[in-house]
Amino acid sequence: MRSEDFEFLADMLKRRSGLMLTKDKVYLLESRLTPLARNHGLESLEALVQKLRVSRSEALAVEVTEAMTTNESFFFRDNTPFDLFKKHVLPMVEKTNTTKRLRIWCAAASTGQEPYSLAMILKENWFKWKDWNIEIVGTDICTQVLEKAKKGHYSQFEVQRGLPIQMLIKYFTQDGDVWKLNDEIKSMVKYRPFNLLDSYSTLGSFDVIFCRNVLIYFDQKTKSDVLERMRRNLSDQGVLFLGAAETVLGITDAFKPVRGQRGLYVPSAGNVEQLMGF
Amino acid sequence: MKTCLVVDDSKVIRKVARRILEELSFNVEEAVDGQDALDVCNRMMPDVVLLDWNMPVMNGLEFLKKLRSMQGVEQPIVVFCTTENDMSHIRVAIEAGANEYIMKPFDREIIEAKFSQVGLM
Repeated sequence: MRSEDFEFLADMLKRRSGLMLTKDKVYLLESRLTPLARNHGLESLEALVQKLRVSRSEALAVEVTEAMTTNESFFFRDNTPFDLFKKHVLPMVEKTNTTKRLRIWCAAASTGQEPYSLAMILKENWFKWKDWNIEIVGTDICTQVLEKAKKGHYSQFEVQRGLPIQMLIKYFTQDGDVWKLNDEIKSMVKYRPFNLLDSYSTLGSFDVIFCRNVLIYFDQKTKSDVLERMRRNLSDQGVLFLGAAETVLGITDAFKPVRGQRGLYVPSAGNVEQLMGF
Repeated sequence: MKTCLVVDDSKVIRKVARRILEELSFNVEEAVDGQDALDVCNRMMPDVVLLDWNMPVMNGLEFLKKLRSMQGVEQPIVVFCTTENDMSHIRVAIEAGANEYIMKPFDREIIEAKFSQVGLM
């Protein structure tokens, strides 16, 4: 790939999504954008870049951004955050939240497995939550993945990666090769397209934010900006989940890690970790 | 090191499963059908059984029922691994005492995910 083409794409992706591409990620551009180029009748990645430059097509730029920002997702990914959510976060919410209103934000919902995993955890103890006003909001920059999330249709391969078999039996129906999530779980999650670089003012305040494996793609300034805005949209007794390879340390003072609980962060001011029993 | 008994009449599947499981640090034993698997369990009970459904001599479901009726032994975790990929078979397997269920084809990621769910990793 020509250096000027790489620079053009890297600059465009940074402006549109915050995605930081270094030269060692050329393979990612090639693997994700070559099929897109072919779909547009273009013979190479270079031709795609040329078309972006000349046509200045917004639709094509969006397609390229979406192709590059789509991340794989699976049910109960990494287990630990979901265990912490079930065993520590929910008991704290139940004890301390007198409004009986619980708002959860999955900031990179992708094809829906993360928000639906949370919905299933809540449904497993529904007797505790049935009188609550619970809202799970799933956002993603990519509208295509959100369409799949809304449908709640998954392949055999997707339902086997992380989903306990008991939950497959309980919450899915089978239609040939497709496993369809039941309406009772689907209706617990609302999806909307959202770019983490945009204003958060329309999102409202949350009690729990899941933003896993997103910050790793951003530069330091964008990371810090996103985390500080998330703090403003998180209640004082709220919690933030980041990916296992991500941290707030050296990036922002708005959050502190919960000691020994990888990926779990709480507002720096306050004692949320104690309320969760840590 | 935990021991996994791979029960499958296909030599190729046993070989693929062995490679994945050894990479995941399991000690692997093999059996070619349900009766062979019972013989292994009588000699030495594994920590987990990766179990095919359709096999000659004794099928996986029959083996599971006999295994679960064994008294005075530490029951292993049983993970079905079969081409029977419909809900009715899954329900029957779980009711008979299977802990997890893998629909073939499988890969390392699926085995790892399923084994994690049942606390083996």
